[in-house]
Amino acid sequence: MRSEPSRALVRTRWGVGRLFQSGAPGQALGLVGQAMGKALSRLQRIGQDLVIPDLEDRMRRLPHRAGEFGVDEFGFDPKVARQAVLAAAWIYRYWFRAEAHGVARVPPGRVLLIANHSGQVPIDGLIIGIALFLEAEPPRLVRAMVERWAQTLPFVSEFFVRCGQVLGVPENCRRLLENEEAILVFPEGARGISKTIDSAYKLTEFGLGFMRLALETRTPIVPIAVVGGEEQYVSVADVKPLARLLGMPAFPIVPQMLIPIVGMLPLPVKYHVYFGEPMTFTGDPDDEDSVIEEKVWVVKSTIQSMINRGLKERRGLFR
Amino acid sequence: MRAGAKSTRKGGRNDEVERVSKVVVTGICGRLGKRVTRMLHRAYSVEGIDRRPFPERPKDVIHHQIDIRRKKCRDVFRHGDVAAVVHLGIMHDPRASTEDRHTWNVDGFAKLLEYLDQYHVPKLVVLSSANVYGPRPGNPQFLTEEAPLMGGQNFPEIRDLIEVDMLAQSYFWRKPETETVILRPVHILGSVKNAPSNYLRREWVPTLMGFDPMVQVIHEDDVVGAIVRALTPGVRGIFNLTGPGEIPLSRALDILHKPSVPLPASVITRVQKRLWRWRLTAFPAPEYDHIRFVCMVDGRRAREVLGFAPAHGLRDTLEAVQDL
Repeated sequence: MRSEPSRALVRTRWGVGRLFQSGAPGQALGLVGQAMGKALSRLQRIGQDLVIPDLEDRMRRLPHRAGEFGVDEFGFDPKVARQAVLAAAWIYRYWFRAEAHGVARVPPGRVLLIANHSGQVPIDGLIIGIALFLEAEPPRLVRAMVERWAQTLPFVSEFFVRCGQVLGVPENCRRLLENEEAILVFPEGARGISKTIDSAYKLTEFGLGFMRLALETRTPIVPIAVVGGEEQYVSVADVKPLARLLGMPAFPIVPQMLIPIVGMLPLPVKYHVYFGEPMTFTGDPDDEDSVIEEKVWVVKSTIQSMINRGLKERRGLFR
Repeated sequence: MRAGAKSTRKGGRNDEVERVSKVVVTGICGRLGKRVTRMLHRAYSVEGIDRRPFPERPKDVIHHQIDIRRKKCRDVFRHGDVAAVVHLGIMHDPRASTEDRHTWNVDGFAKLLEYLDQYHVPKLVVLSSANVYGPRPGNPQFLTEEAPLMGGQNFPEIRDLIEVDMLAQSYFWRKPETETVILRPVHILGSVKNAPSNYLRREWVPTLMGFDPMVQVIHEDDVVGAIVRALTPGVRGIFNLTGPGEIPLSRALDILHKPSVPLPASVITRVQKRLWRWRLTAFPAPEYDHIRFVCMVDGRRAREVLGFAPAHGLRDTLEAVQDL
């Protein structure tokens, strides 16, 4: 065990290792490496105890279908997810001091989580996902839908997939719901996330896809209101021509970003996540848009009133 | 292997009456063709069409060493006693000239369909591939048989294969009384010399930095088993064939103890184009999309309708590339 790093060096092709072969420098290097490794794992343990003392227990109880080779059919890897959860839980607990209300309303089995989208960067998705991992009993794995272009980005695509995120196409949703999983959808899409501050917390147009999916698969819908996200990056304007030029969905002007480095971080606003009562709808999934729109309107107005109530109840941006 | 062999022998006993029925296998001299022959020749009288010689053929197999594009092919069908055609003779070699490959694959197959039509052959089994769907960033995790065949979008060399698949599909309505079966297996591994097997046989395996897609593989003998099943009277349709499950590419390489060399995608596609032109590599650049994006299929229909189930586990299937 002690000589492992030096042996690894010997194996290198360039013969640098020969210098260290069974000599004192090799031993010293080995010891330093060992100590650093120990210190790192110790630090991680301390961090884990501070943030989620019951992480191992929750990971064990998290329902997933990872098989013999450590991943499920969509590529979710509990080992990678565990590390991601640790980091995300720190952000959830200490940066945003997030509070989840009514997590118990999320029914077991298949469910569509429908939420408002806000804050220029999709941190709201992470907050909802972590809320259901930390506060739900038993913990739940939330599948958020990612964009097609995210699949073309190196490292990002791999990381998202290992954490359980899937490409947002109806086929994938259907399969996940058949497996009794929880799917998070932001029906506002990019329109919602790039809202400027003057239209904060005013829901934009909802897509209809989620309702057709819910009708087809007989899935209950849980409306979710996220309050706090709009102020993490305050956008004063959206420069549409520039966005078009750069091929981006929006080009928000965020004054706080003028401050170097620190400005890149989101403001440590307090997040409140409200889970509503599950709603079930019946009808023909292939009905005309106008019929589906009526049902979507019910969900949308529920979320809007939940947001309004949340805004009234909150005492300030940061507490 | 053993399970597959058992099932054919059983099938052979049941169809003792059909023992005389003639099955024509194109591309019989390929590694897969030989395996299909070994499975079939006890239950059926097998005739092969291939321009390559077949020295180690079983005694009861008749081999016609002719080019599939030649008119002489018709003679094989002339007696009108052909019960089924298994079309494996598709040229995949990306090094072959475009014209040669295209006439071989498309013209050759069109002629074959003509004979089938003329001599009323009641069964056609075509071995297509799940590659016809193409690896794309917008692919759902599991493509069904109804998904469009987009494989040619970035990889023109595969268009022949798509055309063959489409020709076979058009045969469904051109000749509804013929039972046409199109099999679209995922990456076939084993002693076969196809791109995925060759890729996994490398000393060190290049991968794309930051990409680790889920992949599906199937053992060559499982494909043979599915072809035998497809010959069952009454079976028709398009079937995706999936193996024992899905696995991230990196884990597959771990199982084979292959060192992988991650290379940046933008660089490799450019360099690979050069290497391909200078004949320094066996892999054309667009094939790298297979180790970048998912191209996985839903094999439920084959399991339910065809009754197909892979006999080989994931580990066996991957390790099969080493028994050359």
